[in-house]
Amino acid sequence: MPSFSMDNMVSILPEMIVLSLALAVLMFDLALPKDEKRYLAYFSVAGLAIAGYQTMNLAGLQLDTFYGMFVLDGYAIFFKVLFYIAAAIAILISIGYVKGQEMDKGEYYALILFATAGMMVMASGADLISIYLGLELMALSVYILAGFMRGSMKSNEAALKYFLLGAFSSGILLYGIAIIYGVTGTTNLAGIAAFIQSGQYSGPALTLAMILLVAGFGFKVAAVPFHMWVPDVYEGAPTSVTAFMSVGPKAAGFAAFLRVFTTALPGIQPDWTVIIASLAIMSMLIGNVVAISQTNIKRMLAYSSIAHAGYAMVGFVSGGMQGVSSVMMYLFIYMFMNLGAFGMVVMLRKDGVAGEELKDFAGLAKKNRTAALLMMVFMFSLAGIPPTAGFMGKFYVFMAAIDAGFTWLAIIGVMMSAVSAYFYLRVIMYMYMKEPEGEFELAAPLSLKLAMAVAVLGVLYIGMAPAGLIDFARISIAGMM
Amino acid sequence: MLKYALIPFLPLAAFVFNGLLGRWLKDKAHWPPLFAVLFSFVLAVSTLFEVMGGGHIEHVLYSWIVSGGFDVHIGFKIDQLTAVMLIVVTTVSSLVHIYSVGYMHGDKGYPRFFAYLSLFTFSMLMLVMADNFLQLYVFWEAVGLCSYFLIGFWYEKKSASDAGKKAFVVNRVGDFGFGLGVMLIFITFGTLNYDAVFATAGFHAAETVNIMGGTYSLMTVIALLLFTGAVGKSAQLPLHVWLPDAMEGPTPVSALIHAATMVTAGVFMVARCHPIFNLSPVALDVVTWTGGITALFASTIALTQYDIKRVVAYSTISQLGYMFVACGVGAYTAGIFHLMTHAFFKGLLFLGAGSVIHAMSGEQDMRNMGGLKKAIPWTFGTFLLASLSISGVPGLAGFFSKDEILWKAFTSHGAGHTVYYLLAFAAFLTAFYSFRVIFMTFYGDCRASHEVAHHVHESPKVMLLPLVILATLAVVAGYVGVPEAIGGSNRFHGFMAHVFGGGHGAVEGVVEGGASHALEVTMMLVSILIGVGGIGLAWFMYIVKPDLPGKVAGASTAVYNLLYNKYYIDEIYDFVLVNPVKWASTHFFWKVVDVSIIDAFVNAVASLVDAMSRVLRRLQSGYFHHYAMGMALGVFVIVGVFLFIR
Amino acid sequence: MVPISHILILAGMIFALGVVCVFAHRNILMILIGVEIMLNAAGLAFVAGSMRWGMPEGQIFVLFLMAMAASEVSVGLALVVYLHKRKRSVNIDDFNEMKD
Repeated sequence: MPSFSMDNMVSILPEMIVLSLALAVLMFDLALPKDEKRYLAYFSVAGLAIAGYQTMNLAGLQLDTFYGMFVLDGYAIFFKVLFYIAAAIAILISIGYVKGQEMDKGEYYALILFATAGMMVMASGADLISIYLGLELMALSVYILAGFMRGSMKSNEAALKYFLLGAFSSGILLYGIAIIYGVTGTTNLAGIAAFIQSGQYSGPALTLAMILLVAGFGFKVAAVPFHMWVPDVYEGAPTSVTAFMSVGPKAAGFAAFLRVFTTALPGIQPDWTVIIASLAIMSMLIGNVVAISQTNIKRMLAYSSIAHAGYAMVGFVSGGMQGVSSVMMYLFIYMFMNLGAFGMVVMLRKDGVAGEELKDFAGLAKKNRTAALLMMVFMFSLAGIPPTAGFMGKFYVFMAAIDAGFTWLAIIGVMMSAVSAYFYLRVIMYMYMKEPEGEFELAAPLSLKLAMAVAVLGVLYIGMAPAGLIDFARISIAGMM
Repeated sequence: MLKYALIPFLPLAAFVFNGLLGRWLKDKAHWPPLFAVLFSFVLAVSTLFEVMGGGHIEHVLYSWIVSGGFDVHIGFKIDQLTAVMLIVVTTVSSLVHIYSVGYMHGDKGYPRFFAYLSLFTFSMLMLVMADNFLQLYVFWEAVGLCSYFLIGFWYEKKSASDAGKKAFVVNRVGDFGFGLGVMLIFITFGTLNYDAVFATAGFHAAETVNIMGGTYSLMTVIALLLFTGAVGKSAQLPLHVWLPDAMEGPTPVSALIHAATMVTAGVFMVARCHPIFNLSPVALDVVTWTGGITALFASTIALTQYDIKRVVAYSTISQLGYMFVACGVGAYTAGIFHLMTHAFFKGLLFLGAGSVIHAMSGEQDMRNMGGLKKAIPWTFGTFLLASLSISGVPGLAGFFSKDEILWKAFTSHGAGHTVYYLLAFAAFLTAFYSFRVIFMTFYGDCRASHEVAHHVHESPKVMLLPLVILATLAVVAGYVGVPEAIGGSNRFHGFMAHVFGGGHGAVEGVVEGGASHALEVTMMLVSILIGVGGIGLAWFMYIVKPDLPGKVAGASTAVYNLLYNKYYIDEIYDFVLVNPVKWASTHFFWKVVDVSIIDAFVNAVASLVDAMSRVLRRLQSGYFHHYAMGMALGVFVIVGVFLFIR
Repeated sequence: MVPISHILILAGMIFALGVVCVFAHRNILMILIGVEIMLNAAGLAFVAGSMRWGMPEGQIFVLFLMAMAASEVSVGLALVVYLHKRKRSVNIDDFNEMKD
């Protein structure tokens, strides 16, 4: 067992920076007048940039610290970079939106940063305890964010449902962890793997614990049948928060899910492969099919989010270097395109009108060509049409599935993507073929425009030149596989 | 590396520039494309010198997807074959750009025309520079698309847009086969990169495939599928029907696309894929026979046509046949040599024909021409040089290249030797119809109406300059490949040997030393006699006894009508294919299959998914307990499955 | 000494009771209590595991757990209080504006 040393401090440097940033935001909040809170947002983005720079400086290190509870490896760094970008874009999206919704408070940004810190701990956790703590830190922050729009009954309801279901799922997850501890005598991922490898125990309790873990993580990544909270919470939560939680916590959930199952439970891989494959199929099926009959765009994107969890799980099932790297790449791409799509919904919000219905997009192309064009790129990407990044994500995931012998899974995935084209392209149809209803007034402050520019460039760049990202993902996990 | 990338991308930049700003450039719209293509030409020349020593340049410009063996990228492979094609494409394209400044002057689509020319030049350059089959295929389609745009450039004219459509549809037939061939290559080799495919082609030589009960050699199937594409693109029998109609496009387009570059892409592709073709004697024989029959067939039609551009078009089809014969007997060098000289003299013939049409105020029927020699001396002089070149008069470019093909065919065994006699006869007809055009157009009395005759004028200098340059090339281009038999060093052969290997027709084993130089010189004299004989007969029939052609036509009405109506091939296609397909598509596919079966099926699937969607969304009841129950049930079901089923 | 299996069975029963509590009640507070019971059942299982392996880790985890549960409850209660103020109801079924 590694001893306590300076490495410990180095390895948690990124988390320390983000947590200090969150605390600093809380303090500066006291000093800022009521309508100047946007400076906190700029400050947070700048801080995230510094954290990102520091994290990239740590790239290449392989630190196993805090008595094996916390690791800093390429895998963790990959996800941390993803979280920084997601948080920064989400904050940029929020600036104008929170002002309009009377939720312009310092705590808003602090909570996003706390959630980010929690997600970072999840990605770095090498022990079920640290992963659980990170997960709770993230979850508690996001529960509050979901209900941040205090005046809206929908937001309240979203927070309530999310909180109760989240607590319920974390109870299930925790009980799974407890059983694993009871069986193996350790919560350390490597220790669990070693115990299973030694063949001392092969009873049903381990399988039961694994199923409970699937339920707990499945809740976070929005996999069917643990997805029921997603549509209601995504619809009710403030759009900027939905944008953040559709990419950040989902990616963090996958980060922990993948690490736990590939490092701690490879001994019972055949068992969980079957379960996750079935969850993947159900997620792709239910997500895409139900999205068709949605008229609220946030709700539609919620079902789409369930479907995308299904695609990512196809890569998960494939396993190995190729499978895991394809999931990581998928999540990275999904981050850009989904933040972009939600950012466009935010842009449509105007006084008194939610701008969340599909028909609010009618005729957008006639009023604002750039906005319609951006939305079209994001919809193409979500549908997986080349040359956007979404195509690349699906390509690598399905390719990994075929190479691993899960051709049927890839075929189902491709068929379901074809179904998904229907509701994504419908948005485009509304924008380009329908006449606008009433006046358009886009709420697009500079920060939102900047965020959308970053998102669209990410989508197009990765779509045209995916080699850099896939290499980043593969090098990141070279030490883990 | 930037240099090589600039060769195709400069014309692309010009296309984008003209596409965006053309409206404001108006009659100055030719400058960006012209500069771009001239600069590309300079770069192409410098690239040619780089590969002169025998080296290859390979460079992956941009990788899109790399996943295992699946590799999609844009890359360049510049070897001697590519270098020659680059020179041909950029030279003719530059000259056609210059010519078009005069020819298209005042057309309301002037900027659009130059934009298309640039796009075509870009696509063609990317096609010849490709280093993998996917890129080849993409730009193969792209040049077809540009050709479609340019044939139908005057889209208000119904015949022009019909011709465009016809070219598109006929090419689809060939491209379908080509696409299948590329797919089969990917399935067989697991890659589409030239180097990897060609290096390992030999290992697959003995493999076979089963198609509908028959067993065929894999390489033969691949080669024939690829050749199908070449047949469509290079207008060989039986897919030649689109090229004569394509003459509806502006004449500079005919010179560039339908004589010098795009139609030769088929020959280029066969030469590029020679490692595959060489493995299949059957495919080579098919190539030889197709080329030989097409060469003779097209030249017989050319005898009777009166539209000056159509004569030249049939002549093109015929000359492409020669090139395929060269490829079919394994003499790829000779094929590419003829491709190059043909690009110059045939480009010149088209541009010269354009100049004549320009002088005659748009008249294309030779029956209404005549006696133009004095009125348009520059056009006449250059046109005459081109005709002498194509007829195989000694010392001109066409003589050396065509004679090499004839010689290679003659000395090869099997199909090639028989096809030699077809080619020799076609050469005689070629000389005859080429000079029939000269005599009908430039000699005798002017048969045009007074008004037209009064207006006859020489073309502006900007159109004459390309004619003069091409005429020079049509004279001198042959001297890079003077055969050793008459004391030349055949530098072209040595140059291309880096691509095709040293031996003449190594495949079917032409006996190198066995065929003596004496025999080669003899055969050369035979070719000269054939060419001069054709010219002489034309002189006799159209100058000495001008009433003879009518008498001949009257004496053999059946043959004459058959040739005049181009063997009724269009009518046969209409009767056998087009009309039944039209009938079937309206009465059967549209009304029965489409409406009752496909629509019904699609609607059923759509409403099924829709119904599913409506049912499944009900699961989302909004109640916390149902959601929690969903999770708990999920766990229970999974546990149950593990407890009781496994 | 109490056999380990007995403690685990007890923990399992408590967990089940917590789940039943979540499903049986419409009152948000009772649901919250049910969730807390589930967490405490897990804590008990940790203590049992700790005893079985003679290692302190499990008990440390329980300490973490308590802190976690406390913060979770505080967020939950704040939410309940606010909702009660707005809607005069702590019945979970009153909160189903969003569905389908």
